[in-house]
This record gives sequence, structure tokens and C-alpha cells, in this order.
Amino acid sequence: MSEAGDVIASPAAAPVVRLSAVGLAYGKVRALDSVTLEVPAGCMVGVIGPDGVGKSSLFSLVAGARAIQTGRVEVLGGDMADAQHRRTVCPRIAYMPQGLGKNLYPTLSVFENVDFFGRLFGHGRRERERRINELLNATGLAPFADRPAGKLSGGMKQKLGLCCALIHDPDLLILDEPTTGVDPLSRRQFWELVERIRANRPGMSVLVATAYMEEAARFDWLVAMDDGRVLATGTPHDLLARTETRTLEEAFIALLPEAQREGYQPVAILPLKAGEETEVAIEARDLTMRFGSFTAVDHVSFRIRKGEIFGFLGSNGCGKTTTMKMLTGLLPASEGQAWLFGHPLDPHDIDTRRRVGYMTQSFSLYGELTVRQNLVLHARLFGIPSARIEPRVQEMAEHFGLTEMMDDLPAVLPLGERQRLSLAVAMIHGPEMLILDEPTSGVDPVARDAFWRILIDLARRDNVTIFISTHFMNEAERCDRISLMHAGQVLVSDTPAAIIEKRGARNLEEAFISHLEEAVAKNPQAPPAAGAPRLPQEQAAPAAANLAPRRQGFSWRRLFSYTRRESLELRRDPIRLTLASLGSVMLMLVLGYGISMDVEDLAFAVLDQDQTTLSRDYALNLAGSRYFIEHPPIRNHAELDQRMRAGEISLAIEIPPGFARDIARGTPVQIGAWIDGAMPMRAETVRGYVQGMHQHWLTAKAREAYGSEATAGLFSIETRFRYNPEVTSLPAMVPAVIPLLLMLIPAILSALSVVREKELGSIVNLYVTPVTRLEFLLGKQIPYIALAMINFLLLTALAVSLFGVPLKGSFLALAAAALLYVIAATAFGLLMSAFVRSQVAALFGTALLTILPAVQFSGLIDPVSTLEGVGALIGQIYPTTHFVTIARGTFSKGLGFMDLRASFVPLLIAVPVLIGLGAALLRKQER
Amino acid sequence: MRSAHNILHLGIKELRSLVRDPIMLVLIVYAFTFSIYTAATAMPETLHKAPIAIVDEDRSALSNRIIDDFYPPYFLPPALITTAEMDARMDAGLDTFALHIPSGFQRDLLAGHSPVLQLNVDATRMSQGFTGSSYIQAIVSGEVNDFMRGYRAETAPAVDLVLRARFNPELDKSWFGAVMEVISAITMLSIVLTGAALIREREHGTVEHLLVMPVTPFEIMSSKVFAMALVVLAASWFSLTFIVRGLLAVPIEGSVALFFAGATLHLFATTSMGIFLATLARTMPQFGLLLLMFLLPLQVLSGGMTPRESMPDAVQFIMQAAPNTHFVMLSQAILYRGAGLDVVWPQFLSLAAIGAVLFTLALARFRKTLATMA
Repeated sequence: MSEAGDVIASPAAAPVVRLSAVGLAYGKVRALDSVTLEVPAGCMVGVIGPDGVGKSSLFSLVAGARAIQTGRVEVLGGDMADAQHRRTVCPRIAYMPQGLGKNLYPTLSVFENVDFFGRLFGHGRRERERRINELLNATGLAPFADRPAGKLSGGMKQKLGLCCALIHDPDLLILDEPTTGVDPLSRRQFWELVERIRANRPGMSVLVATAYMEEAARFDWLVAMDDGRVLATGTPHDLLARTETRTLEEAFIALLPEAQREGYQPVAILPLKAGEETEVAIEARDLTMRFGSFTAVDHVSFRIRKGEIFGFLGSNGCGKTTTMKMLTGLLPASEGQAWLFGHPLDPHDIDTRRRVGYMTQSFSLYGELTVRQNLVLHARLFGIPSARIEPRVQEMAEHFGLTEMMDDLPAVLPLGERQRLSLAVAMIHGPEMLILDEPTSGVDPVARDAFWRILIDLARRDNVTIFISTHFMNEAERCDRISLMHAGQVLVSDTPAAIIEKRGARNLEEAFISHLEEAVAKNPQAPPAAGAPRLPQEQAAPAAANLAPRRQGFSWRRLFSYTRRESLELRRDPIRLTLASLGSVMLMLVLGYGISMDVEDLAFAVLDQDQTTLSRDYALNLAGSRYFIEHPPIRNHAELDQRMRAGEISLAIEIPPGFARDIARGTPVQIGAWIDGAMPMRAETVRGYVQGMHQHWLTAKAREAYGSEATAGLFSIETRFRYNPEVTSLPAMVPAVIPLLLMLIPAILSALSVVREKELGSIVNLYVTPVTRLEFLLGKQIPYIALAMINFLLLTALAVSLFGVPLKGSFLALAAAALLYVIAATAFGLLMSAFVRSQVAALFGTALLTILPAVQFSGLIDPVSTLEGVGALIGQIYPTTHFVTIARGTFSKGLGFMDLRASFVPLLIAVPVLIGLGAALLRKQER
Repeated sequence: MRSAHNILHLGIKELRSLVRDPIMLVLIVYAFTFSIYTAATAMPETLHKAPIAIVDEDRSALSNRIIDDFYPPYFLPPALITTAEMDARMDAGLDTFALHIPSGFQRDLLAGHSPVLQLNVDATRMSQGFTGSSYIQAIVSGEVNDFMRGYRAETAPAVDLVLRARFNPELDKSWFGAVMEVISAITMLSIVLTGAALIREREHGTVEHLLVMPVTPFEIMSSKVFAMALVVLAASWFSLTFIVRGLLAVPIEGSVALFFAGATLHLFATTSMGIFLATLARTMPQFGLLLLMFLLPLQVLSGGMTPRESMPDAVQFIMQAAPNTHFVMLSQAILYRGAGLDVVWPQFLSLAAIGAVLFTLALARFRKTLATMA
């Protein structure tokens, strides 16, 4: 660190980045430990080290994407802890996070992605189109402008990322592992591109993290990191000289602390014994895999001998994994054939599976099981006899150095140890063949070499055939034979030495590139090589022209750029779109028919022990109403009991013997009525009906006997059921269900929209671009408000047409209230998304916090005034309450604006409060 | 034999995974304890603090006695208003009931002129309006009868109707709420747990791992179905025993063993449904959205919330295909009415058939989508 000054012949005076005692911890895990560093300006600075040493954390702090915990971070002459400074410099910084296309939007096309970033930085339409054209031409992406970003190859994604980063002419370009997993040709093109851009913008500083040491050798200045600390800094030459090593990889190992290097020894390659030509472990002939119109693997053929280490070398997405999956039987081949141990491959052949061990690209064991449980489970599933399981697990643990962590969960293990566990699991049943898909990606060099020693040992001593894929050249060189793969095709298969020799190249990388160039020339579909890309002329133009649109404060353009993007994404996601457009209509149908309190067509039966005209008349009185349907008569008490238990009848009437006689005599008689109380609400209604019918019958009988004056009682109560004279469920429920649905679905969708970005990583664009929180939130909210209003119209139409509930009052008042209400609902969703981190939490959290208050506390069934305690309080302020009043007022009561003005006030208050809270709680930096 | 062995060990793995998933554990505990307790106890009485207004134009001793008859907890203290205010208050939703006592009511009553009271009910508030109006009728009649007792001889009705509610004599809503909540928790959790178990494997890439081992899709699916069904059965047994019968003191009439036999058949169907939904979704969030669109109709239209016979015929017919419908029927029959197998065998048969169909469909779909999962 202190040498920074003397190693660099820097023209710039001040360093572009200055860190002092910077620390960062994720919970208990320390990512950065008191890092002090000065990064010289105007040059290409590389940060080297394996995964998980803190490179990405360091970069996110420098880019301002993550909040500083301890220490001081100065970038471009100001303190990054200061929000004002961050706002000023963020248009001068471009940040490309780790992961292929992490900050891109996979469903948006290449053009739409770059366009989105252009809008965020406030360029006008003409300016934007000019820049996008230039950048796409320069990177060779122009022919693919309409292809969705998610369907690009790794190399193209990274070029697109670069376009997005360069759209605003940054002074500091931060690239976090931009070439990991990218094929060597694209990698070379990528660096050529960066070089050309630097040539045109000499003042620009570039900060790059990389896991490829060969790449780092070309940078101006390096920072070697391990375990959250800086090991050394200096020019590549300087580092080599200091450690007295030949390559940076060796230099890095030499720089590691003593303890970590312990037991390290270089990998010794034992040559394969000759003379076993006859035994073929795997043979593939014209294996082809098509996904729709896309050919992932195109007529691939190879032969692997028993005991051989065979390597597949190629970029991400070139078809390595797909080929391996076909060989394991995971994917049925579209065409071609393969033989394992001389038998044709049959995906359903359980017995062949016992002879093969497979290790997937990413760690894919059960994170919830301990190391021992994982090993035992796999041993059991491979049918190892119970008695032999324990010794076998022990043996594997010793062989792979896992004895000390048998009861740990895989999640707490370092990557290298997890890979050893994966290998142990793949070996548990003693297979004759191992298929390993990029087993060492992300593992540090020391652990990687240790892993390779095990592999070589297995192949040479136990004669295990190993089929391995990798994108590291030095690993490929260790294989007996390799195949170079690109775009689904095998370019060449031979021993590494022979491949280099035939091409007359200096090393494997050059040979590979030469093969790639040949393949690309043959196939115009692939991205064009860096033929003669016209460079953006404007890059060198004075920056003054671009400063104008970089205004601070609120910008409608940035806001609408989010609106546009959100609508595009939503349109391309079938499940969310279905829920947004049809979800509420479907639920309305369900609830409209389901939440019915009407009790009709009740089954009843009579136990008539009198059997007179009068007793039959009583039963007919019931059967004649629309509420009851008579079932066959009951013969005795046992039958009554049995039929009620079966739920066949909800009401049983018992007419005693001598019923007619006693009435004639004036002796008091009792009719018994049994109601099924299993469903109390229904029972209450039945009770009401039966009582009413009984009275009705009595009055009618009295009228027959004594004439009409006999019916006059003391007094009468005339009940008027207002607004819904039939007292049926639909007019009561439908207007109240609309508010429920207009809360639930818009809130869930808007909550998901922000959390999705958090999960997928594109939220980083909020952190590092000039967009403000309010612009971000409102921009994302607009499409959902529009959708919710369409839903409102659909639901209203459905209510009026299908459910036949007339809208008696002012439609305008209802629509105005609906608009306010859905703005509040979507704002509520956005507020939720400020708290939660995962989409699942957003989904269930929002559902819980909307359904419960909207159903229970908002007057849907019981009026708010009848509630008590917290429920009453929530009910009074919850927007649904007020919209329910307005909906019922306009639908059933025939009211307009003036009658309902009191209910508009709470909605008018809720909107700014919810939006304001959401903006205040959303973070502009990751913590 | 080999197959059963694999299913058993994969099932044990599912249980171990579940133990380490705090969110699901919280969900299970919440659904089978708090949720049931609150659903059972929070259900308000049909009539609780109902807002009533009275227009008293009579201002007599009797009208005052009537006004005094309305008090909490059934009614809020009545608001005394004028005829002019009545409509506006009802429009604004301030009152559910407005009782109009005309001037000269007491006088006309004593004179035997049969005066008429007018009761206005806001029928958009259905349940309260309907029950409340009959309460009001009874209260007013009782008061008037008491008042008149001194003036006129009592006339006993010749025919008396004796109403008794079977299985729940007091019509206690918490009985119903508690058991129905257990039933919906069983359905919800069985779908969520199995679906999440499959999606978790898919998101972690472990499905792929299983497929290269000597296990079949049938074994993978069966292990999830049986492990998750076991968890839900255990949790619902706990809940029924300690929360419903213990804490809430709800009497259970019938055979609990028979109920759980029915629940097992039901779980066979719903866990298969969980697998099916999980094959449609690619991620947990998508699964959640699908769940929302599937679970709500299942629960609402099953007859567990509102009586089936009041739904349109088409809905009743379609819902015959849903396992919930039959499960709700058999649970109500067994738990409330003490029905035996002789009564509920048709539901058992339907559940077994639906379960078999769903399992077969889910397995076919699971096999088909495995290629895209790996």
C-alpha cells in the first residue's frame, strides 16, 4: 500500500479512490478488515484474489452502492459517506456488478436495456439513439439489438453491461469480474474494447476485479486480496519480482500467509498408461440437443477411454453442461447416440446410474443436512447395505479430508471444502466414472490444486474415468485429452500439447482463440469478431454537452424510464400478467358466489305422527316457500337422528299425535323443530325463517277461523329493508368485494416489483444512478395504477352485467374514489417492499396485511362501528373502510360526490402519507 | 421393497429439511395454534354493538321504555334523531337500523288502533341487518306486551313452536370457526409444504442431483407426499387435541380416528396438488401467486365458509371435483354430528378417487417437467 507512490508513473496527482481503515461485516462474517488503499487515477487497476475475499464488497463501497460501516472511502475527491457528494459523483461513476448481466433486465431487448440507462442519465431521444448506435456498433451488438438480454451468450451479456455502463461517459469505470465464465475470444475482444475506450478517454480510471491471473498480468497496477485484507499492491512486474515467481498465480500463492500455504505442493501430472485403447468408457456420436429453435449441442462426438481424464473447455453457455446432462440421462438427446461402458445410454436404466458419479456446476447438496447426513443419505439411495454405510462414510471422510466437519452444515464451510464434499458424495458408491461439471469455479488456487491432486489420484490409482468441464486454461492443460467447445460444437479434440502444436500457438489460450476465430468466420450467426468496429467519436468530445441534462432534483424523464421498463417487463411475465389482468376478475367470481349468506333450498323433512289434513297443511306451508325443499317424510325418531347426522336434512319438523284434535279443542300443542347447528350462521337464519313461517301459518289459520279482524294485533312493525329490499347477498357483497380485490392484488404486485429487483440484483441501478427514490417508486407505481384501474372497470362491468347489481349512484364519484384508492393500495405495496427482502416474504406479508384488515376490519361483513380495540382503530384509518362506504353508497344507495365527501377525505390523506413513507423507508444504498 | 426403502429415506430427508426451514415452521405453528384460536374467539356475535337510531315522535312513557331497551353489547346506545336526519345518516352508513315511533303511538295502542312502527334496515349490511331486525322486533314486542299486560288479558298462542338446535345447542360460533379453521389449515399447509419442498429442490439444483441417482420420479414424489402429509397430520392432531378440545373446549361428537382417516385421504389429494402447482411455477414467488389464485377458490367454495346449497348449481357441480368439498362434508358430519363410516363412506370414496387422479396427473406432469428442472 505504501509503495503505491513509487511503482506508478502516474500523470494524475490525486488518487481516484482512497480508502482508509475500511471494514465491512455481514452479520458475524467479516468481508473487509481494515483496508487502506490508494488507487492511482487514469490507469487500469486490477484487484486479484479468489471468490469471497472481499473484492465485490470493496467495489460496491467504492461505487456507493453499499453503505459504509467503518473507515473512510473517498472517491473522485469526496467522501462517499456524504449523500450530497454521492449524488454529485454518481453520474461520473459506472458500475458493473459481478454476475453475468446482473444489473441488466433479462426480458428487455439489448436496445431497450441500453435505452433505459440512457433515460436514467437524462439524455434526450436523439442524443440517446446516437449514443446507443455507436456503442452497439463498437461492441458488435448492433445485429442483436432486438434480442432479449436473457438470451445472449455470456460474452455478449458482458458487452451489453459495458454499453450500459458507458452510456454516460464515466470518469471511473468499476468492473467486477467482467470476464468470468466468458470464452477466451470474447474475453480478448472485451479487453480490446476497454482499451480502445480508454485510448479515447485517457482520463478515465478503470477498476477491475478478476479471477484470471493471465488477464491481470496486462493491467497497470494490481491489488492482491485475501480474506478481506490487502496482501500486496504494485505493478504485475513488481509482484513477480518481489515473490521471485514466474506467473501471477504462483506469485499469489507465495503472497498468501504461511498457514494457508501449508501443505501446498504443485500438481504433479502422471501420464496415462498406454495400451488400454480397447476399453471405452463413454462414446458419443452426433449428440444433439435442441430447445425449441435453439440448438444447444450440435452433433457432438467423442470417445473417452477408461481411466482417462477428459476435459471440456469452453465458455458459459457453450453446451458443456447440456452435453454432460445428456450423458447422465438427465436430458434425453434430440438426436445422436451415446454409449456408457459399451451399453447404449438409457435414461431409465437405474443400474448404469450406480456406475456413474455426477457433480453439478453449482453446489447442489442439501444445505439443510449436515455433512454426515448428506453422505449417509446418498449412500442409502445408492443402495449400499446398511452395515457397510458407516465404514464407507468414514472412509470417504478421511479420503477427502472431511473428518473434522462431519456435523457441520455445508453452508458454513469454505467453498473449497464444499467442493470436496460434493466430490465425496459423487464417489460414495465407488463409481467407475465421474462426470464433473466445472467443479472448481470460484475456488482459490490452493484449494483448486488440492482438488486436482485428488482427481489425478483417483484416475491413476483407482482407474476412475473422469470427464470434467472447465473454463480455466491451466486446468485444461492437466487433462489427458480435451475438447474445445464453442456454441454447441466441438472445435477440436486432442491432447493439450497436440492442440497447441498443431496451431503453432504459444499456449492453449492462443490455440483456443485461433480455433474460435475460425469457427466464428464460418458461422455468421455468432457475434462478429472485433473486425472494424467504429468507435464512438463522441467519447472524446467535451463533456460539457453531457453535463446539461445531469440536473439534480426531480426528473420526469427518469421517472418515466422506470414506468416504461416496468410495463415492458410486466408484459413479458405471463404469471404476473395473468394475476394482474385476470386475477381480480376470477376472484370476484369466486367470492361473489362463495360469500353468500342467502339460505335457500334447505332440505327438510317431517316426522308426522298425526297424519291429518291439518298436519299435512303445516308441512305444505314450509315446502311452498322458496327457502325450503321437502324431502321424503321421516318415519321414526331413529331415522330422524340418522338423517340429521348424515347432513341430508338441515331441519326436521315433528308434529305430535293428536295435533289436529288438540287444536280443535283449544288444547295447547307443541310442534318440535330440530335445526342442524353444525353451521351456526345458517342455523340462525333457518331459525328466523321457521319462526316466520310458523307465525304466518297461525295467522292464516286464524283468518280462516275467525275472519280478518282476528288477525289485528296490538301493533305492528313495518320493516323496510333499504337499498337491498330482497335482502340477498349479491347487492350487499359485490360492491364490498371490489374494494377488497383492488387492495389485495395491486398491493401484492407493486410489492413484488421492488423486491424482485432486490433479489435479482438490478436494484443496484437505483443505488448507483442519479434516479431518486421518489422517481423510482412513482415510476414503478404508474403501470400498476393503470392496471388496477382497468381492473376496476372490469369488476364494475362484471358487477352490473353478470351479477346484476345496478350502479344506482354516480359512476364518476366511484371512479374518482377508485383512482385514489388504487394509488393508496399500490403505495401500500411499495411501502411493504421497503421492509422485506425476498419475493416470498413480500407476497405472504402483503397478502396477510391486506386480506385481514380488508376482510375483518373494513366493514365488509360487520360494520366498523361494531368493532372494538385495535381492530376498530385499524378499521377507521384503513383505506378500504372508506372505499367500501363509497362503493356501497354509489352502487346500492344511489349517492354522488356531495353525499360521500366525508369518505374522500381519508383517501386523500392516505395517498401522500403512504407514498411519502415508502420513499422515506426505501434505501438508496445497500446495508 | 427397494422403492419403499428409497421413499422412506428421501422422506426422512424432507423432514430434516423442514426442521431447518424456520419460515415454514413458523407458518405451521401459526396456522395450527394462533390462527385457529383467533378465528374461533374473534368471531363476533351476530349482533354486537349494532348502530341504531330512533326517531321518537311520540315522546311517551312507552317510547322512552323502548329507547332504554337498546344497550350494549347487542346495540350501541341509540342515537336520537329527527326524521329529516334519518336518510342522510343511513346513506352515510352511520346507522344500520333506524326505528321510527310515530306520534300518538302509546295512545293509539291503548285505544286498540293497532299503530304501526317503522323499522328501516340498511340491507347492504346483510347479516347484521337480518338478525338485528328480528331482535328489534322481539325487543319491541316484549316491551309493548309488558306495557299492555295491565290493560289486556294475555293471549297464549294455541300452537307453540319449540326450536332446538342439534349438535350445537347454543349455536356457538367458535365451535364452527375452530374446526373449520383446522380444516382450512390442513388444506393450505399440505399444498404449501409439498409445493415448497419441490421448489426448494429446484432452486437449489438438488433435483438434478437426485435424478442421476438410482431413484425414480415416483419415489421422489411419493417421499414428499408422505413426509409432508405426516407433518400436517401430526400438527392437526395436536391442534385438534390441545387447541380445539383443550383450550377452546369445543366438544367433538364423533370419532377422531375416523376424521384423521378422512384427513389422510384428503392429504393424499392436496399434497399431489401441491406437487402439480410446483411444476407449473418456476420460482417460489410464482408459486405464491399461483397459490393465491388456486387456494382462495378452493377454500371459499368448498362449503366450509358458507353453505354449499346457496351456491349456484354450476359452482356446486364443479366443486364436486375439489377434494376440499368432500373433506368439509365428512369433517362436519364426523366432528359435529358424530357420523360414522356408514354415513360418510361416499365422501371417503370420492376423496380416494380424486386423490388417485390428482396423484397420477401430478406424477405425469412431474416426469415431464423434470427435464426442464435439471
